Amino acid sequence: MTSAAMPQTSRRKTAPAGPAIRLVGLSKRFGETTAVDSVDLEIRSGEFFSMLGPSGSGKTTVLRLIAGFELPTAGVIELDGKDVSARAPFERDVNTVFQDYALFPHMSLIENVAYGLRVRGVAKAVRRQRAAEALEQVQLGSFLDRRPSQLSGGQRQRVALARALVVRPKVLLLDEPLGALDLKLRQQMQVELKELQQELGITFIFVTHDQEEALTMSDRIGVFNKGRIEQVGTPEEIYERPNGPFVANFVGTSNIFPGTLGRSLYGRDDRFSVRPERIQLRPLPPEGPGTGIALTVTALVYLGHATQVRGTLPDGTTAVALIPVTAGRGGEFAVGQPAVLSWNRQDVVWLPPAS
Amino acid sequence: MSVDIRPADAAPGRPSRQALSALLYRRGRLRLAGLLTAPAAWLILVYIAALSALLITALWTVDTFTGKVSTTWTLDNLIQVTTDPVYQTIALRTLRIAVLVTVVDMVLALPIAFFIAKVASPRWRGVLVVAILMPLWASYLVKAYAWRNVLAEGGLLEWLGISSPGYSEAAVVIALSYIWLPYMILPIHAGFERVPDSLLEASSDLGAKPLATLRLVILPILVPSIIAGTIFTFALTLGDYITAQIVGGTTQMLGTVVYANVGAANNLPLASAVALIPIAVIMAYLLIVRRTGALNNL
Repeated sequence: MTSAAMPQTSRRKTAPAGPAIRLVGLSKRFGETTAVDSVDLEIRSGEFFSMLGPSGSGKTTVLRLIAGFELPTAGVIELDGKDVSARAPFERDVNTVFQDYALFPHMSLIENVAYGLRVRGVAKAVRRQRAAEALEQVQLGSFLDRRPSQLSGGQRQRVALARALVVRPKVLLLDEPLGALDLKLRQQMQVELKELQQELGITFIFVTHDQEEALTMSDRIGVFNKGRIEQVGTPEEIYERPNGPFVANFVGTSNIFPGTLGRSLYGRDDRFSVRPERIQLRPLPPEGPGTGIALTVTALVYLGHATQVRGTLPDGTTAVALIPVTAGRGGEFAVGQPAVLSWNRQDVVWLPPAS
Repeated sequence: MSVDIRPADAAPGRPSRQALSALLYRRGRLRLAGLLTAPAAWLILVYIAALSALLITALWTVDTFTGKVSTTWTLDNLIQVTTDPVYQTIALRTLRIAVLVTVVDMVLALPIAFFIAKVASPRWRGVLVVAILMPLWASYLVKAYAWRNVLAEGGLLEWLGISSPGYSEAAVVIALSYIWLPYMILPIHAGFERVPDSLLEASSDLGAKPLATLRLVILPILVPSIIAGTIFTFALTLGDYITAQIVGGTTQMLGTVVYANVGAANNLPLASAVALIPIAVIMAYLLIVRRTGALNNL
């Protein structure tokens, strides 16, 4: 209870001074393709850091570089201030939870979890004891002698977690570990993972393409695109103040309005974005749009908790607004009908000009 | 312009054929019978009948005057084969050669199979598998004679300044190891293909050095594949008689004894009795393998 109550303070106190991981000019090329393009990144000790991006954005490659499964083409990887760029995986104090869990099929659960201790030369009785405790911690204490093939996806994932944590790594790397689970289980595991991380105070680096997952779990998020990091920040910063159209669009849905509209409304030539849930929409009054912008509704999508209204501005820009069900106004709009769009000045996020 | 639309069950064509398909669909046993009758008959003919004939012949004798097999029942052949020191020596030598060939092939096949399955690029993989299979396209006899040219006195090896094993047991082991190597590489390669890279990475990630990964992860997972390979090399070597004659000179193996008794000595019952030895050895080997539980994970 205490660890859950004050995770922030307890973590800050125990954390060493320097960053857990520092990447400097890290690049990885596979033949002609550049998977990672000179990435600079510092991951703080004890934080839950998510690497978010579409598939092929280089986030998994960065994780594999940190683990040591790939060696960088250029750049430096520092772990706790020490350069580990050229070290083999078994020489690095980081452990990985694999996307396919990578449990050893010929070993029982307890043998799987004890494996890291076994290759470190820990005595059999001790390592079995610690492995059993680790399995207990992930609620699999009664399945010690089962084989991985006898488990469900969620259980395998817990074994993989126990196996990586039992050797007490400085940093835990998680490669889309929730990707294969169904929605309910995934949401439950998100909470459990976050609690576990706060309890242990270990640095977690979590790779995901699911922006919601990244937003709910992370202390900080790094958004990857085409082998580069677009933006690093807290979930609030990433969501509320995206630094470019890619982040604005990838993290949640965004309306991106052109510079011409910026000029006519605010006297500024830049593009800007407004989140759909910050947009107010009302039917077009007979006297004209007044303070808002006229739009033609092109689609209505019922989402359960809200209704998404899509439309087109006179200049061809598409816009999306989210009408909460509690507002009870979804019925006021119909495809092909005009409506009026407006938003508050403080919800405007200016985007830097595209380079 | 009227279009003729008929319902599907009245489709033109062969109603009888459709009725047969429907009948087979409804009657699972009939379908199974149609599928398995021919192969089952073949198996019974080849395995059960041929093996029984072998066993029965071993219990008969040869009439020394006419040279014809006489159907007098006797255990003499079996007793002679198991007690005569000559046959014991030959059996032990054959067994030794088979074990050596199997061990040599295993040691050679593991790194080759690992390289093909896990290190080589996908494009090279296909090329290398074909390269492994290519020796099987050449005649067995040609390969045996080629090895004689290499190993015999005055052969390629001596020409290179290396002392030659001549016509010997060692030459037989070398030649047979070469000839049966693909049969060891292919199952082990297939086994490696089934081991996901992430398992090897996980082992390394958890702190295992490459040798520990080999011992604790790769070998245990590959045991069924390795056993499949050893059954090939072991059984094929036990039954060989051509290579033994070509590169072995006077080195007698069980196969050469069978061959001599069927041909020159015209003693089919004794040949059958000798042929039972490798069968017994292979059966014993399979029982031992089964007892270790190595086949449970197949």
